Amino acid sequence: MSDTHAESALATAFVRKDMLPEREPPVAEKGAVKWLRENLFSSVLNSILTVLSVFVIYWVLSHVLGWIFYGIWDADSLTQCREIRDERYGEGMEVACWAVLTDRWDQLTFGFYPSELYWRPVLALILFLGAIAPVLYAELPRKLLAFTAASPFILYWLLWGGSIWGPIAVAAGFIIAWLVFKTAVPIIGQLGAIIATVVVPILYWMFLAGPLAGVIDGILPIGIEYVPSDDFGGFMLAFVIGIAGIILSLPLGVVLALGRQSDLFIINKFSVIFIEVIRGVPLIVWLFTASLLLNYFLPPGTNFDLMLRVIIMVTLFSSAYIAEVVRGGLAALPRGQYEGADSLGLDYWQSMRLIILPQALKISIPGIVSTFIGLFKDTTLVVFIGLLDPIGFSNAIRASTDWNGVYWELFIFIGLCFFISCYSMSRYSQYLERKLRTDHR
Amino acid sequence: MKKSVFLGTLAVAGLAAGFASAQTLAEVQERGALNCGVTTGLTGFAAPDANGEWAGFDVAICRAVAAAVLGDPMAVEFVPTTGQTRFTALASGEIDVLARNTTWTFSRDVDLSFEFVGVNYYDGQGFMVPRDLGVSSAMELDGATVCIQTGTTTELNLADFFASNNMSYEPVPIETNAEAQQQYLAGACDVYTTDASGLAATRATFEDPSAHVVLPEIISKEPLGPLVRHGDNEWGDIVRWTLNGLISAEELGITSANVMELAAGTENPEINRMLGTEGELGAMLGLESDWLVNVISSVGNYGEIFEGNIGENTPIGLARGLNAQWTDGGLLYSPPFR
Repeated sequence: MSDTHAESALATAFVRKDMLPEREPPVAEKGAVKWLRENLFSSVLNSILTVLSVFVIYWVLSHVLGWIFYGIWDADSLTQCREIRDERYGEGMEVACWAVLTDRWDQLTFGFYPSELYWRPVLALILFLGAIAPVLYAELPRKLLAFTAASPFILYWLLWGGSIWGPIAVAAGFIIAWLVFKTAVPIIGQLGAIIATVVVPILYWMFLAGPLAGVIDGILPIGIEYVPSDDFGGFMLAFVIGIAGIILSLPLGVVLALGRQSDLFIINKFSVIFIEVIRGVPLIVWLFTASLLLNYFLPPGTNFDLMLRVIIMVTLFSSAYIAEVVRGGLAALPRGQYEGADSLGLDYWQSMRLIILPQALKISIPGIVSTFIGLFKDTTLVVFIGLLDPIGFSNAIRASTDWNGVYWELFIFIGLCFFISCYSMSRYSQYLERKLRTDHR
Repeated sequence: MKKSVFLGTLAVAGLAAGFASAQTLAEVQERGALNCGVTTGLTGFAAPDANGEWAGFDVAICRAVAAAVLGDPMAVEFVPTTGQTRFTALASGEIDVLARNTTWTFSRDVDLSFEFVGVNYYDGQGFMVPRDLGVSSAMELDGATVCIQTGTTTELNLADFFASNNMSYEPVPIETNAEAQQQYLAGACDVYTTDASGLAATRATFEDPSAHVVLPEIISKEPLGPLVRHGDNEWGDIVRWTLNGLISAEELGITSANVMELAAGTENPEINRMLGTEGELGAMLGLESDWLVNVISSVGNYGEIFEGNIGENTPIGLARGLNAQWTDGGLLYSPPFR
């Protein structure tokens, strides 16, 4: 009986046998409307703020975009720009006068570099990108690193020109250093070999390299037109100083960081003093030192290239920062890594090269890159010692009667160029971090 | 790389140091180019054009000296200097002559051990106000806000002027002339003050120059001139008499157009002495006898330089004023070539 009752109850109960078709979510809960409700209009206050923000953005853009995109690109002077503007848009409209960029493009990019030789810095930039690629992207064949090693000398020769034997004679010093190291290790041991590796090439560069290059050049003169540093300017100057500083300061900074960790008393104290002194004084002071003070110490009449002095100062300055960033990376490594390296029987250099530094540098990437970005932007400080970098040229361009009165156009252009360079560096560092993430988190 | 360049340069520098003790004239002739310090850019006085050629009123002095010494007005290496680096550059020998709208003052002449060889422009500090302000004299500026470049003599002159006339003002400190233009046009200050030549150049760039007036008062003396180091008087003489030659040439009517004609010989013995057809003035300076012919044929006389760079037919439109010849009521007065 009870069974029948139960069965009938089951039979009368409503049980859907087929699936309901999918239905659209309510309008308020999907797509753009949902996003807008959640992010922009979630409450009364938020709605008011959203409307206000939109209005402000519109107001700014409506003024700026017109100014930018109606800008005038073909004129010979600011006066002519204004005439064209009045003719085209009527009185009272403010538009940019981009013509200053087209008129002075060569100067902003190359400075006073001879115009028939522009191919040299352009080629140098292409070669530089080619040389840096195997360093930046590990997928590329390792043999390309040989070209990277040779590139500083090739780039120097392309930019400054002159006899090819000068850079070759300097490069030969490094080969001498390598040979000295190889032959000296079995004879006088590791420490003696390292000292000899440093001392012998320095003696060679000081006393032999110059005359040697002169003699070979006398026999077999190969060279291209020499361009003095005074002719460098604009973005070319900023790039040469910035790139040279970046490339030179990384190895120096790593050496200083290791020196500061070292147990050897003199090396340790020297590194500490160097880092603290360089870091404790503003860059602009070092630049003034380079441009003014050194003149008094060098024998009168000596012309020790100002640009070279600036590159040295910028390099030393940023290497002190790099050293501290790398030291942070070294300190972050667990003690076990050092002990593990020791237990494998690796000597100091091997353990640093194979175990410690790869990990420490990986941790330091964001810090290193932000130091480099800072260095690159700091190159604009050279304007205070009379070098004509892009900012310096913006003053010089304004000083001509044609362009006196142009202001924002130049700064916007310069700012944009710096932004592109710095943003690329920042993106690369993020790529590198993702790639190297072996993850301890 | 770093070490190599550094040491390589030191090696080169060591070789170059051998010539150090020679005199400036010999050095310049040896080098084949004059190292001339100029500003990094001042309208009308020195600025590179679109081709990278420097031009301007101060630049013409450099070219004149190069023409006198080397016979070639283009044989100049221009070294852009800032307000901070100019004197060190000259003292350390990086440049041979500084022509950078530098005011001749006691301390610069005596304490810094320089030798001002003359005055190529008599400037003075003035005021510019919008016409709407309805001010016609600097004495009516009581309580005004004033845009002023910091760290210059103009700042001190301004304080002196307002204090001595028992007036008050509110300074708006700015760094560069370009910034000052923007601030002034944006209405951040009622008055802009700097050297009168700078005011004229600035006003000329405005959309509507007639909406702004330069007040008649000049509140300071700013004699601008080229300078050289102490210790090489022969070199100082060359620069001084090149400048005097430019001024005398205008007084005597020697121009770039007629100098070749006059160099063949004239009735006027002073012109003959200057252009080397009479006497040995060039040799006394250690130069060729036609040194001034080279100068004037390449850059013109003082009046031509003035008209070409900052005169009334240029956008800057400066009147000669104090910079007229003494015969025309100005202050230009060259000692005689005798």
